[in-house]
Amino acid sequence: MESPTETPSNPELGFEHLDKLIKGSDAPSTASRKTKAKLAWAVAYLTLLAIIFPAVLIVGHVTIQALPHFKLSVLTTPTEGLAGGLKNEILGTLTIVVGILILAGTIGMLSGLYLSNYAPPRSGNLLRSASELLAGIPSIVFGYVGYLALAVHFHWGFSLGAGLITLSIMVIPYIAKTTEVALRQVPSGYTEGGEALGLSEGYILRKISLKSALPGITTGLIVAIAIAIGETAPLLYTAGFSAGLPKLTITHSPLGYLTYAVWTFFNQPSKSAVQLSYDAAFLLILGVVFLIVLARVIVARTQRHSENS
Amino acid sequence: MSGLLRQFVNGIKMNSIVLPESGDGLSRTVLRPKKRRGISIHGLKVVSSMASVIPFLALIVVLLVLLSEALPAIKVNGWSFLTSTNWRPGGTYALPVKTAGVLHPQGSSFGVWPLIVGTIESSAIAIVIAVPVSIGAALIVVKKLPPFWSKGIGFFLETLAGIPSVVYGLWGTLTLGPILSRDFYPLIANHLPNAFPFRFFRGDVGHGEGLLTSGMVLAVMIIPIIAATARDLIRQVPSLTEEGGTALGMTDWESTRKIVLPWVSTGIVGASVLGLARALGETMAVAMISGSILGATPTNVYSTFSTIAASIVTQLDSALSDGTGFYVKTLAEAGLVLMLITLLTNIGARVLVKRVATTALPVGRGV
Repeated sequence: MESPTETPSNPELGFEHLDKLIKGSDAPSTASRKTKAKLAWAVAYLTLLAIIFPAVLIVGHVTIQALPHFKLSVLTTPTEGLAGGLKNEILGTLTIVVGILILAGTIGMLSGLYLSNYAPPRSGNLLRSASELLAGIPSIVFGYVGYLALAVHFHWGFSLGAGLITLSIMVIPYIAKTTEVALRQVPSGYTEGGEALGLSEGYILRKISLKSALPGITTGLIVAIAIAIGETAPLLYTAGFSAGLPKLTITHSPLGYLTYAVWTFFNQPSKSAVQLSYDAAFLLILGVVFLIVLARVIVARTQRHSENS
Repeated sequence: MSGLLRQFVNGIKMNSIVLPESGDGLSRTVLRPKKRRGISIHGLKVVSSMASVIPFLALIVVLLVLLSEALPAIKVNGWSFLTSTNWRPGGTYALPVKTAGVLHPQGSSFGVWPLIVGTIESSAIAIVIAVPVSIGAALIVVKKLPPFWSKGIGFFLETLAGIPSVVYGLWGTLTLGPILSRDFYPLIANHLPNAFPFRFFRGDVGHGEGLLTSGMVLAVMIIPIIAATARDLIRQVPSLTEEGGTALGMTDWESTRKIVLPWVSTGIVGASVLGLARALGETMAVAMISGSILGATPTNVYSTFSTIAASIVTQLDSALSDGTGFYVKTLAEAGLVLMLITLLTNIGARVLVKRVATTALPVGRGV
């Protein structure tokens, strides 16, 4: 047998030797670098807990507090003082969602269409920045301005109209942005194909651009609905509150909504009030999870389409 | 042909027109789209341009309404509004007095300094927790987890982004706060040395409503914004650059730390500032968890406090009972201060993110 002493048979030792040759003797060894990498990744794994834990704790806590005492009558009786059910709030939230889809949906989608297809670059950039700055304004500022301008100055009082307009101003930037991005992502080959077939501009827009951008636009609308369901601050002093069922008039028609119940009843002394607060929170979480799943289904369906190509 | 395109072609109503025989014995069929009344493109352009001006107008209207409402309060409160720690609505029953031509209750004196401090400190706690967590989670999701699990984490992120802020408030004030102040805060408060940075962690731990609890809940609320953006940015780092690091003998952590993170750092800073703006403006959750103390700056991290946004929502009711309307105007001035802070933060973020592509979906903000 030949002696192995001439060249190091252990590759680790060899690299160690090279490390020292290149960087000097105080450079970290390969082994310590590997340990450091393992440690760093372990810490990174731990950060996942900071995402999973709160989500599970919040949803779990609200569910545990709400579900055991949840009565179906909560859905069918309106609020009476600090007790009763949440019928008026549920209907109010649904009214707001429909109103937002009509008002903010129309304006937001049109605005996104203009920004992606027709706007000249300079004014487009100006409008886009304005829209982004608007999205950065705290929601309570919208609520306050909505209260001063619509409820007080226009004498609309607490009303569906004031609430809807205030909330719409808040969500229009989101809908416009998603619509614009979705329309921009339509491959130009699609629209050029339409042009080559001699289709009219309106026909191309309707049947090609909007059709391919539909999933993106829908996702934007879902985000807007989620905001409309979850916001409180812009509504407190514009839509007010009413224990009655929502009236479908623009002015002087205060209405209830689920977040109001959570906010108003959570620190009341009576047990029934706190219970209502948790019930409303539970319904809100159900709504949000439903919206998330809906958005995922839509995205998954469109991904299946693009994988076919 | 892609499924979408096929769908689109099938969707077009075609009229088949049979051309007359052209001599070779074959009849040819030509497909033409059915003529229908198209939407007037010109009208659409006009209407959509009008719609896209609305956010711009709204921005101006919001600024003007706030300014005009706050102007009388600015005259009376003066510069000391920014530095004073008073929050006295004044006597509602005494005769109102006039200062600088503006009617206001006797002895009213307002200062927004404690609210500015509360706003900035709670958001600072949130950002200090949220940024490292978001970056770590984004790295794991992109580099380590199989697709199924990273989708699962994405679902958790969307849930966190979607939970309404009142529900965060409900959880923070009824569960998280009491548990932390009973089992966790005393441990920190009693065992840290009485030296400079730790001093703020000592002292009375309270009952769970306060700065640290609010900061933690705010952190959870802004993690989805930062983590989702960080994740999308890290996915876009070209793999060749990273493989270059591996070829040089870097460990996977070293290539991540020295190549991937510097590559996306600008974008992550931008996303963090957006998250910060969200935390600065958060209203409902903070109003429920802060303890709503006006007119006193926090003494340690467990102190009750309030932010500008939260105090507007908690004080507007009592402000409406001020017959002179001065309290409401003062709240408008506070709102103006808040808006300036968040607008500056947002503009800073836009400038930083300008060079990097942002995510399409604006995750966050009560989504």
